[in-house]
Amino acid sequence: MPAAAASRFMSGRESLELTTDFFALFALPRRFRLAAAQLDKAYVDLQAEVHPDRFAAADDSARRLAMQWSTRVNEAYQTLKKPLARARYLLHLAGHDVADENNTLMPADFLIEQLEWREAVAEARAVGDHHELEHMHHRLQRELSGRYDELGDLFDERCDFVEAADRVRRLMFIEKLLVDLDEALAACDE
Amino acid sequence: MALLQIAEPGESAAPHRHRLAVGIDLGTTNSLVATVRSGLSVVLNDELGRPLLPSVVRYLADGSSAVGYEAQAQQAIDPRNTIVSVKRFMGRGIKDVAYREEMPYRFDEAPGMLRLQTVAGLKSPVEISAEILRTLRLRAESALGGSLVGAVITVPAYFDDAQRQATKDAAKLAGLPVLRLLNEPTAAAIAYGLDNGAEGVYAVYDLGGGTFDISILRLARGVFEVLATGGDSALGGDDFDQRIFCWILESAQLAPLSVEDARMLLTRAREAKEYLSFHGVAPISARLNSGETVDLRLTTETFSEITRTLLAKTLQPVKRALRDAGLTVGDIKGVVMVGGATRMPQVQRAVGDFFRQEPLNNLDPEKVVALGAAMQANLLAGNRSAGDDWLLLDVIPLSLGLETMGGLVEKIVPRNSTIPTARAQEFTTFRDGQTALAVHVVQGERELVGDCRSLARFELRGIPPLVAGAARIRVTFQVDADGLLAVSARELASGIETGVVVKPSYGLSDDEIAAMLKDSLTHVKDDAQLRALQEARVEAQRLIEAVGSALAADGDLLTVEERARIEHGLAELHKAAAGDNRRQLVVAMDDLEAETKEFAARRMDRSIRRAFAGRNISELASDLSLARSGENA
Repeated sequence: MPAAAASRFMSGRESLELTTDFFALFALPRRFRLAAAQLDKAYVDLQAEVHPDRFAAADDSARRLAMQWSTRVNEAYQTLKKPLARARYLLHLAGHDVADENNTLMPADFLIEQLEWREAVAEARAVGDHHELEHMHHRLQRELSGRYDELGDLFDERCDFVEAADRVRRLMFIEKLLVDLDEALAACDE
Repeated sequence: MALLQIAEPGESAAPHRHRLAVGIDLGTTNSLVATVRSGLSVVLNDELGRPLLPSVVRYLADGSSAVGYEAQAQQAIDPRNTIVSVKRFMGRGIKDVAYREEMPYRFDEAPGMLRLQTVAGLKSPVEISAEILRTLRLRAESALGGSLVGAVITVPAYFDDAQRQATKDAAKLAGLPVLRLLNEPTAAAIAYGLDNGAEGVYAVYDLGGGTFDISILRLARGVFEVLATGGDSALGGDDFDQRIFCWILESAQLAPLSVEDARMLLTRAREAKEYLSFHGVAPISARLNSGETVDLRLTTETFSEITRTLLAKTLQPVKRALRDAGLTVGDIKGVVMVGGATRMPQVQRAVGDFFRQEPLNNLDPEKVVALGAAMQANLLAGNRSAGDDWLLLDVIPLSLGLETMGGLVEKIVPRNSTIPTARAQEFTTFRDGQTALAVHVVQGERELVGDCRSLARFELRGIPPLVAGAARIRVTFQVDADGLLAVSARELASGIETGVVVKPSYGLSDDEIAAMLKDSLTHVKDDAQLRALQEARVEAQRLIEAVGSALAADGDLLTVEERARIEHGLAELHKAAAGDNRRQLVVAMDDLEAETKEFAARRMDRSIRRAFAGRNISELASDLSLARSGENA
């Protein structure tokens, strides 16, 4: 391959500030629904080539590049692996960035529902009701998987990014709730 | 198609010679050095055939030191100048050290990393550890008959940034090039996994002399992936000794002890602990300098009882690591036991009960870490061919965070993130014309700054003076494959690289290390300048080989002129390496490094493409155009 093209390909990715299309990095189609096994394999194959361990005995510039690339590949993998991060990334690529702090657009009934969930978690945590927390955890995960299915349709079949962005904002609340639930469960264990 | 005619990485046209590399387990109680010989990982013994080097350093009045068994034998006679378990002091302040009032040492009161007052002067734990590493380096060089390309040095997985940096600094003082800092449980997993062809999810329970680690790993063909890690970097076999020691004091109703008597009873306590691994009851008898006598019998039941809380303390991090990995006990295929302290029957029982299976003990728990480190060193030195190698993916054990308003911590890199990893954060100024900004980095899981470890304060200087809030400074926190943090900063509007001044909270500055290096060389038998020249030659040889194999593998990526320039640089370096002017050698290395920078970038690009090999060309081409369109987006 011509050297000039190689360096152009590189220069776009040398710096951490520059955005790279993570899907292209792993040679995956730019879709929400992706085969986890295929992503895992692409990740390991790529790390096997760029990981700093491959360049431990190489010169300084090769070692530095390997660290930058390996860092980038890790970031890409983490982004694509988790459905919420993947959805936000797809929106970002499509120019529909989700304003993180902007929740004024959320309908009241959704917000009330979230408040009720939160109260229930706090209550169960206060009395150390492990069983109830587990139960809520299962319910929440079922709800999440249904919502991600829906998101798959919006992205991959209907290409409706506006609607998808709305769903993603809601999912951000629910994922945060799941983190709180995990913490409550951990606190019960200890 | 030129694109696919690629030699495998590390494979050069000329058969390269075996590069001497070692793995070092720098333990709290004992240290070891191992290497791969004829494909087998072996521990290198001392001249008396002993594999272990007690991690004990005794300083003498003439500035020299004794290391290992010799120092250990003198510890009751000269406890103040004989430092044991120095690993517990690495990257630590005086207030962090447990039982310090019972220790015979004279601690210096200065802030930062603690120092010990010895007959040979003030010593940092970094210098003391360097004595141990230097002893192991000399052992390896005489056993292998040459200078080392480098070493993999193991650290507890739960070591924070300051402790890791201190270990790397100690290696530098000892004249050891570090190929990688490797987590101890990960090293054990490599040795276990490769020896047994293990596949699946394994836990490594590593209870050493002074540290405890738990790591959960997924082992698959050619890939070792750490899913989560946890631990306690101040909990180990020493604490079990301490419990016996307290039990002796209580049972024998002893008056306050002299430091010599205390040291002797601690040794008796350790002996009793080891005896109980094979017997039901241990006799403890001693005649103290005070004239008092101790004559006790410690049963396994009593020993279990007085150490129950220590075992419970190890199971908390185990539970958390499982939770972090998103797994339960039922998912764990095997539990590998590492560290001399896992020989205690109550440890075996507690781990077996928790994981509901018999722990795996088929590797020597004291050697497995060094053996795994040697295997990794052999891989990193480039002695294995492609296809016959493995990929290791490790994690950062503790979250990195920044101090925000009100002493709160904002997490920037969560624990168990796969390394290397980076995170960029934007800051702005809050006063008109402000040209400097302070950033305080901490490590830990708690919400308050005071409850986390302070790593360093970074001062960003040279910010262009603008109205408040106009400057946008992007600070990048990069954690490398050793788990070490580096910080860089750039002002976005002007593109000016801002200077970063680092004040490590519990570390040494570059100046301090340089001073120690100078100081250490005056006491070491070998000639400082000769040593420096030899090290530069090894470094030069490494570079010559690296560039040579790069040219052989990927020379087609260069234009004729580019190749000529690199070959000229190589020839110059060869010439300089044959002479004995170290400065010239360093300049020639720098020149060649500069000349190969662009080449390295192209090679990396080719490596990435190689990951796509196996798919057809048109697919590859479409990926590339995709990549480019992504770039333009």
